[in-house]
Amino acid sequence: MSTNAFNRRRFIKVSALAGGGMLLTFDLLNGCKPAVSDVVTLPKEWYQLNGYLKIGDNGLITLMSPNPEIGQNVKTSMPMMVAEELDVDWKDVMVEQAALNADLYKPMQIAGGSNSISASWEAMRTAGATAKQMLKQAAANEWKVPVAEILTTNGMLSHKASGKSAGYGVFASAASKLPVPEKVALKKVSEFTIIGTSRKNVDGQKIVSGQPLFGLDYKEEGMLIAMIVHPGAFGQQLKESDISGVKTMPGIVDAFFVDVYPEKLERQWSDVAAFPKLLAIVGKSTWQVMQAKKTVKVETEPIKPTSKKMNVFGTDVEMITPAGPENTAMHKEKMMAGAPSRTKTVRKDGDPEAVFKKAATIIERSYSCPFLAHSTMEPMNFFADVKEGSAILTGPVQTPSFLEKTISDRLGLPLDKVEVKMTRMGGGFGRRLYGHFGVEAAVISQKMKAPVKLIYTREDDMTNGVYRPAYYATYRAALDENKNLLAFHVKAGGIPESPLHANRFPAGAIEHYLAEEWDIPTNISVGAFRAPASNFIAGAEQSFLDELAEAMGKDPIQFRLELCEKAKSKPVGKDNDYEIDRYAGVLKLVREKSGWGTPAAPGVARGVASYFCHRSYVAHVVDIVMKNNKPVIEKVTTAVDCGIVVNPDAATNLSEGAVTDAIGHAMYSAITFTNGVPDQKNFDGYKLIRYSEAPKKIETHFLKSEVDPTGMGEPSGPPAIGALANALYKATGKRFYDQPFFG
Amino acid sequence: MATFNLHINGKQQQVDADPSTPVLWVLRDNLNLVGTKFGCGIAMCGACTIHVDDVATRSCVLPVSAIGSKKITTIEGLSEKADHPVQKAWMEKDVPQCGYCQAGQIMTAAALLKKNANPSDEEIESTMSGNLCRCGTYQRIKAAIKTAAASL
Ligand code: FES
Ligand code: FES
Repeated sequence: MSTNAFNRRRFIKVSALAGGGMLLTFDLLNGCKPAVSDVVTLPKEWYQLNGYLKIGDNGLITLMSPNPEIGQNVKTSMPMMVAEELDVDWKDVMVEQAALNADLYKPMQIAGGSNSISASWEAMRTAGATAKQMLKQAAANEWKVPVAEILTTNGMLSHKASGKSAGYGVFASAASKLPVPEKVALKKVSEFTIIGTSRKNVDGQKIVSGQPLFGLDYKEEGMLIAMIVHPGAFGQQLKESDISGVKTMPGIVDAFFVDVYPEKLERQWSDVAAFPKLLAIVGKSTWQVMQAKKTVKVETEPIKPTSKKMNVFGTDVEMITPAGPENTAMHKEKMMAGAPSRTKTVRKDGDPEAVFKKAATIIERSYSCPFLAHSTMEPMNFFADVKEGSAILTGPVQTPSFLEKTISDRLGLPLDKVEVKMTRMGGGFGRRLYGHFGVEAAVISQKMKAPVKLIYTREDDMTNGVYRPAYYATYRAALDENKNLLAFHVKAGGIPESPLHANRFPAGAIEHYLAEEWDIPTNISVGAFRAPASNFIAGAEQSFLDELAEAMGKDPIQFRLELCEKAKSKPVGKDNDYEIDRYAGVLKLVREKSGWGTPAAPGVARGVASYFCHRSYVAHVVDIVMKNNKPVIEKVTTAVDCGIVVNPDAATNLSEGAVTDAIGHAMYSAITFTNGVPDQKNFDGYKLIRYSEAPKKIETHFLKSEVDPTGMGEPSGPPAIGALANALYKATGKRFYDQPFFG
Repeated sequence: MATFNLHINGKQQQVDADPSTPVLWVLRDNLNLVGTKFGCGIAMCGACTIHVDDVATRSCVLPVSAIGSKKITTIEGLSEKADHPVQKAWMEKDVPQCGYCQAGQIMTAAALLKKNANPSDEEIESTMSGNLCRCGTYQRIKAAIKTAAASL
């Protein structure tokens, strides 16, 4: 057993809450009755033992889910970690979305970087163990027996020698009055009974019956509907003009220009927004506002170039915004030329330049990918009710605490007068890390002096930026006469950032290694995505390794494992950012499970790829057949090492989703520009993968592991692109270098 | 503005709306039935799927004036207690990730199974391809439809 100190500051004041009815008011949205309340009796009293849990006098448990739910299943998987240490029966557990509380929930209530489970692994389990210890102590005091002799299981306390036993509910009140223990013991992996078992989505029933869970579903009495009009082109800004015609349209209450982000407002990293000034149209019903919006012709003018410093998690980053309209053709040209004046060496081992000079063969290949829109199925939206001295916002955002801070700054309200409430999100994928739509809703509500819900149309959503950047990479390898790999060179960049992770595999496995990167500024706003850079760079690198293996006459898995062996026995450099045994582990597992090496069925072509990102390791084998010049993905075999898997079936779902997501975007999706205007505005022009194109079968295997959980939402995506590209080569004899492969 | 008498989820409902208003917004704004989702507004994603006389229909492009006496079913009216075979199969296979597309997926699947209790893989594929799932739950949608079909 390990012991763990629980910081007392993390607990809110121990107090008994009001009666059972209180529970329902905790839910943000009306109609969100906890699923289990149909079959269990709600308690008369709830006792809050710490910020993560309440115990009812009848033994019912409420666990708080601190982080925003974007479909990554944290609302089920994170409370499972508390329940494990609390020793309760999962069927007695209800889950609530916790309120935003930076003192209570550490490290941060955020959804991003595949971080939720791993970052809260200690805190969530310690919360459960601490409460359990307090219940044991309460029973020990009452029964007058040593606390160490008390056992817990399934929400029951028992003492063998005296034959005494009682449910948690009996001692919840007494426990809530005890001091919080400084140190508690946590279970060993072998003692887990909930972690590592599949538990269904706690909101499953509400989702399939259409209950109001999402931001777009949120309503309040007297609420108005607001929509925005933006300039339509990047590099342009709105010019105030006569909009009186809009104001007289049916159902329209008002229309006005808003400075969402005035020049003097210091923006946070989460305030990415290409269009700081907007036209707002406010009305009584969604359709009426949509109709009015269609009639508006706004005037625009070119933006001025700017260069600003922005604080991104403590580092000052220079944000350059050039003026002028941008085009996709120009982007491609610029990326192919690279940016010599903005190129820097990020890693160099040995003497790669000299080795390349005397190489017998040099293989050089270049890869590219376009800008992508996140296309969350639920378009951006937010509810805001701004009053004289306070603001309440409700909606879907991955960074609620950052939004709170920006609202406070923008409205000039003290932070404690601003409240951001989280709803379930109809997808995130990084788009909702950037909460400008929340700020827009607040500014509009302030002007209207009324509660307002801001809704983006799909067109607003798709043309508003914060895209996944466009990337480009050139790989070179130097071989000797005997086809031995001597040196490796990667030079990668993008608009406006580089996708390179210079210290990832195969760095460390090759004696002479050079990694360079460059960037090209743009006025198109960009942001995170589901594995934004890794999706591209894994596809490129893994395709290149495949080509290299072929040139060297090696089996692609064997070739990678030989590199692993080198990185392990004689690692080059000291900053290698991976655990080589785990990397090799998923390759071996996928080799075994996919039947690699045995002949594939007639017509089936196979490709393999592996990658490490977000602290986890994934390898795939993709089987395809060609039909009408397009691949049908017959099967994906996946091997994942993400440490301990908290909720295996949910993790499998997430991994399947990441594979489908990555393959879909690599095959079909792109945002392109003509004079700063996005050419794709809705799902007619922007193609997302559909049911008929998705893999027919995905088989997911997790490596057995006792390592603390690592990332899960993103790592399965990136290598799927490489494996697909390599299978496409086998099927067609043609290499696929530029995404989208079938755009 | 005009008044419409609509037959929705087994009840007669009166709404005042502009005749061009899509049924999607009548449901969401006027009747507070928000289970039917907005995804694209141009019949490309299927998030807004409802049944009009048992036929899966995209409510975002269906003007309220076109309904007449036809019967509308939304996700809220598919069953009393989330116990329609398709809903049960969706829970059993734990299909949803974010869940936003799933009401539309379920309505499309339920209409398909009503027409044909034992659809072929090709029929499932051509029917379900009109519903986007950005989270990529297509594997599970397939499994859940098979489970639901087997239970009918
Ligand atoms: S909202 Fe109707 S099909 Fe997309
Ligand atoms: S579950 Fe998220 S869009 Fe389908």
